[in-house]
Order: sequence, then C-alpha cells, then structure tokens
Amino acid sequence: MDAANYLYLSALLFTIGAVGVVVRRNAIVVFMCIELMLNAANLAFVTFSRINGDLNGQVVAFFTMVVAACEVVVGLAIIVTIYRSRRSASVDDASLLKR
Amino acid sequence: MVDLAISVGTTQNPEAILFWVLAPLTVAAALGMLLVKKAVHSAILMASVMINLAIFYIAQNALFLGIVQIVVYTGAVMMLFLFILMLVGVDSSDSLTETITGLRPIAIVASVGFGGLLISLIGRATLGRSAVGLSEANMNGNVKGLASLLFSTYVWPFEVVSALLITAALGAMVLAHHQRIQTRPTQREMSTARFRGESLANAAGLPGPGVYARHNAVDVPALLPDGTPAANSINATLKARGDMLTSGSFELGKVDTSAEEEK
Repeated sequence: MDAANYLYLSALLFTIGAVGVVVRRNAIVVFMCIELMLNAANLAFVTFSRINGDLNGQVVAFFTMVVAACEVVVGLAIIVTIYRSRRSASVDDASLLKR
Repeated sequence: MVDLAISVGTTQNPEAILFWVLAPLTVAAALGMLLVKKAVHSAILMASVMINLAIFYIAQNALFLGIVQIVVYTGAVMMLFLFILMLVGVDSSDSLTETITGLRPIAIVASVGFGGLLISLIGRATLGRSAVGLSEANMNGNVKGLASLLFSTYVWPFEVVSALLITAALGAMVLAHHQRIQTRPTQREMSTARFRGESLANAAGLPGPGVYARHNAVDVPALLPDGTPAANSINATLKARGDMLTSGSFELGKVDTSAEEEK
C-alpha cells in the first residue's frame, strides 16, 4: 500500500478539525477540534518519517504532543475561569468587545 | 479455480486491510464529532479517533509514539476534557443557531476548497523515490533510536519543552485559583446571626427537604403545618438551577383518596 494514503487521511482529518473550530460554538468542542488538527499533523509527521526512513519526524511529533498537552491544560483552565464568571462555555458569549 | 481462491484468500498486504478498515472509521468518527450535538458524545468520538491514530502510528513502525498517543491523549488529555465537561455541566449542549449569518455555508465551502487543495497537492507531488521504510532506522529498536536523537540533536528543545510544561502547570494553577471576596463566617458569627437576628423562626435549623410532603427527594420542598411549601427547605443551588419540583401535587388535602375510600 502506498504510504501517501496516510497523508490523504491526515489532510482530511485536518480539514474536518478546521471546520469544527469555525462552526462549533461550545469552547470545549472547539478545543477538541484543535486537538484533532494537531493529531492530523502528527500523522503526517509520522508518515513522512516512514517515507524518508528517518526518525526526525517522530521526534517532532513527540514535541507536538507535549506542546498540545500544555495547550490543553492552560486552555481548559481558561475555559473554567470564564465559566465561573459567566456561567457559559459558549465562545459567542465572550464577545464583550462587540457591544 | 483453486488458483483464484488462493489469490483471493491470501492477504497480500495486511497493512492495506488495516488502513482501509480503520481510515473510514476514523473519518466517520471525526465527522461525527463535528455533527453530534452533545459535547460528551464529541469527546467519546474524539477518543476513538485518537485510538485509531495510535494504531496507525504502530502500523507505521512508530511504536513509542503509538503508546504515548494512547497514554497521553486517550488517557490524560481526554480524561481532562471529560473532567472539565463534568465541571462545566454535561447538559450544556451547543446552541445550533448561527450567530454570524451565513457562517456555516461559507465554512463548508472554504473547507471543501482547502481540503481539495491539500489532497490534490499530495496527489500531484512526487518525492522522486519510493518510501524507504523505518526498518533501518529502527534497527536498535524504535525507543533507542528516538532516545539517541532526543538526547543529542534535540537536547536543547527537549529542555525548553520541560520549561514549557512547568510554565503551563503554574499557569493552570494561577488561572484556577479562586480568591475569596468575603471572609468565611465563623461558627460563632453564624450562631449569633441565628439567635440574635430578627426572628427566631429558624433557630432550630432550616427545615429539611421533603418533610411531610409525599416524596422525600431533595428537590421536593417540605410542607409547613398549614400545608404550604417551605421554600427555604431546598438547597439554594438547586433553586438557582431551576431543578426544584413544584410541590402542588404533593401538598396535603389535595391527595386523591377516592380509590381508597371505595374499599
């Protein structure tokens, strides 16, 4: 099987994640879609590592995972803080600048 | 005929079968994550996507990353997501009304264009050589190969990432820290407020929920001697959430006893 099939899958997952970030309103679901995009990028890294016969891509994917974990921790703390003051986890309710 | 059976029955490429079984499942789960209304269902679909990706990593000779994917993502990160979901409220389902008019069609058209562009680019690009495979790079084992890279070429990024992790942990602690605006009332102050307040009505404590009512659940207000519900017998949080039952059907004097009288 051609290893490029994994790249197609990765592109598809990335696109689905991007749509989710734009369309969904719940901040937690938006975060999960960002995670999906990061995972799709990781899949591309692992596939390119296999195509090139080189472990550098896997190391980069490893670093991406660590950064994603940091992002989740801080982002969820922000969501909890916003929820505590506004009683809502919708990204639309936090639009103070508009009014 | 026998030859045909053999050629059909042999698995030429187990990885291809794995891919063509799991890839549609992964895409379906990702799409479901997008379309499903409740955030908890999205989280479960997300976990299934991540497990599938871990299988893909292992199939591509990235054993360490596959295990880390399961431990870190489906273990820690998804657990954190579900934990926050429970904290924020499971039933805070998404409002599916569009706040920006025409956002959804624009997003779908743009994503189809973007995805089409990416996929056609991958289809047209050529690497000039076939895939090398990792059998040579993984000669001493995948973990050993990764470790020798991580602690030689990438040792500086590795240490920077450790600083990032500590900063993230501290940041989460600072953000989650809750500062008390008023001082907590002491037992003495509470007792003074109870006995030297305006009336002694609550001197013996507030009524418990469900007392003398027909149900003793926590969301049913107690009944006072005259049969009216006592509003302060319900927890303030339940009241604020609107989870309080109206006690109308439980009040005294309104019980339908006609069936018993007939006996």
